[in-house]
Amino acid sequence: MNTLVAPTDQRRAQAKPPLRVALVGNPNSGKTALFNALTGARQKVANYAGVTVERKEGRLVAPDGQSVVIVDLPGTYSLRARSPDEVVTRDAVLGRLAGETPPDVVICVADATNLRLVLRLALELRSVGRPVVVALNMMDIAERQGLVIDVKGLSAALAMPVVGIVATRRRGIEALVEAARTAGETSAPGAGDVWREPSAAELRALHHQAERILTATVKPPKRPDTWTGRLDDILLHPVAGTAILLALLFLMFQAVFIGAKPIMDLISAGFSWLSAAVAQGLPPGLLRSLICNGVIAGVGSVIVFLPQITILFLFIILLEDVGYMARAAFLMDKLMGAAGLHGRAFIPLLSSFACAIPGIMATRVIDQRRDRLTTILVAPLMTCSARIPVYTLIISAFIPQRTVLGFINLQGLVFFGLYASGIVSALLVAAVMRRLFWRGASEPFLMELPAYKTPDAMNVARGVYQRAEIFLKRAGTIILSMMVLVWFLASVPSPPAGAVGPAINYSLAGLIGHVIQPVMAPVGFSWQMAVALIPGMAAREVAVGALATVYAVSGEGSSSLGASLAHHWSLASALAFLAWYVFAPQCASTLAVVKRETNSWLWPTVMFSYMITLAYLAAFIVYQSAVALGAG
Amino acid sequence: MVVALRFDPLVTSGVSNLELERRLLEMGFVEGARVEIVHEGLIGRDPIAIRLDDMRVAMRRREARCILTLPGSPG
Repeated sequence: MNTLVAPTDQRRAQAKPPLRVALVGNPNSGKTALFNALTGARQKVANYAGVTVERKEGRLVAPDGQSVVIVDLPGTYSLRARSPDEVVTRDAVLGRLAGETPPDVVICVADATNLRLVLRLALELRSVGRPVVVALNMMDIAERQGLVIDVKGLSAALAMPVVGIVATRRRGIEALVEAARTAGETSAPGAGDVWREPSAAELRALHHQAERILTATVKPPKRPDTWTGRLDDILLHPVAGTAILLALLFLMFQAVFIGAKPIMDLISAGFSWLSAAVAQGLPPGLLRSLICNGVIAGVGSVIVFLPQITILFLFIILLEDVGYMARAAFLMDKLMGAAGLHGRAFIPLLSSFACAIPGIMATRVIDQRRDRLTTILVAPLMTCSARIPVYTLIISAFIPQRTVLGFINLQGLVFFGLYASGIVSALLVAAVMRRLFWRGASEPFLMELPAYKTPDAMNVARGVYQRAEIFLKRAGTIILSMMVLVWFLASVPSPPAGAVGPAINYSLAGLIGHVIQPVMAPVGFSWQMAVALIPGMAAREVAVGALATVYAVSGEGSSSLGASLAHHWSLASALAFLAWYVFAPQCASTLAVVKRETNSWLWPTVMFSYMITLAYLAAFIVYQSAVALGAG
Repeated sequence: MVVALRFDPLVTSGVSNLELERRLLEMGFVEGARVEIVHEGLIGRDPIAIRLDDMRVAMRRREARCILTLPGSPG
């Protein structure tokens, strides 16, 4: 037996067991840049079990063949966690996280130009009992400012190794890895989980200790950063700052909304072509329909979101890395706060005008879980671009091209009204949700305004790529399966031989449409409208095509469809249909992304229920009032 | 200069005063810290941006009320 085991033992002696390292640091300390510098492309992004917090892990191989596993933990000011992200950081450091191996070494990432708070964090980390190595990041900026840090003295005072690095230029990375490995070897087993929450008095004492270390080892900069102050004078100016923010947002909105359009059209056209090409090679029937209308159209409907997501995240990550995002939150806090939302909710909500999917993904900039959930839940009320084809069709068919009050185009006015009702209802729903679900005052708004920095192209590119990958891999699979389900409902069973009328009438969707029609009668929906709502779940604009199908309109032109609708529908029904579309959760992809982002089916269910209730109520009120006014 | 953190039991934030005190301490609002209001919001001059030693912090006036200050610099 022994002879069999011996060779394995020998190999083990040669290659040491992998070392587990956790990165901890204040927000804006360049932790992610260090993570990228350490692990390069060998990264995996997943979720911690049961929570929405992202788990980023990467690997590197030391010169002697030992592999080092790096986990990038969410940024925090202390181990006293206040948000779900910070809970993960604390529990990971303490080794309390279920299913996670505790780290052998903790690297405390510090912005060399802003040491005050992180030194207290380092002292707190030391009390946990695991080996801690301090990585003094952004040493180049510190040198430029003439900031002199006595690294040896700092290391002695903290009783832990301190290594100066420049993460974005990969300076000092090898030395840091070596320091972590050495610290890992000397680590006493059984450490950790001895930490307890410090009291206010203990926090004060720790802070004073950190201050003393700071005064003893760091000489203040000879040329302090004056740019941040000068830029803030403009960018945080009540009037000029707000104007600049609005201009920036306008630019971003234009880029997401218009810049992505040609690429999106190209993708749509590409998938239509592919679908047509495949259709020619297959015999007509259910299989052809599944492949062309189910799978290919489904994959297309996932990929079509990519340009918007890429552009939006390019803006968001750039603004975040420059340090502007905190300023935007500052400027918008009062406005958002009135609806019970956090200042940071502004950008996700604005993005939702293009599409709720990137908007919901962008809520990651909000730390507090409640604020983030409220923002996610109201985001689909913003008028997304997929509603535009539906609005255009109905408005052009039913609202006369007339000028009111001398200069206002009536069609334009209705269009504006639909947008405005989306915004107003989102703010109202957010305020009601805070009352209903989360009573009491909102969380305190307390946020560091970091110094402005030049963003690093590699880190921005990696961040954007990661978002796109996450969307395709994880949200994409749910969206695709929903698309196939919607196709199934609209296509199965096939119409019997010799059947007349559109095939959808004989399908499950047709059946559902007929069954729910009595429920929809009070809001003025005919069975054809009810049927069209089901494929319309795939995406809002699909309802246009679905209406064309149920009314068996030949030709693609929306003018002929509009004429047909004007013939079949009353004005009251048309207005009710518009009201329905302001609120209805007619988008399976959005629900899929909410599931993905909240890691539970609870929130998509809440979203679906409240939106469909509002849609029904709104359509009911509009229809009944219109009928009472004689438009029935 | 910050001289004390004092909490009015009648004015409630979203969290308990004990919790708020610790959050302020963790952000660096410690007795002796140098503070200066550098920017104010457009509506109701809220929120405010504070220069706190060598960093900048944004907060709402509701929480800032707990921070008692005196003009002058620490010895």
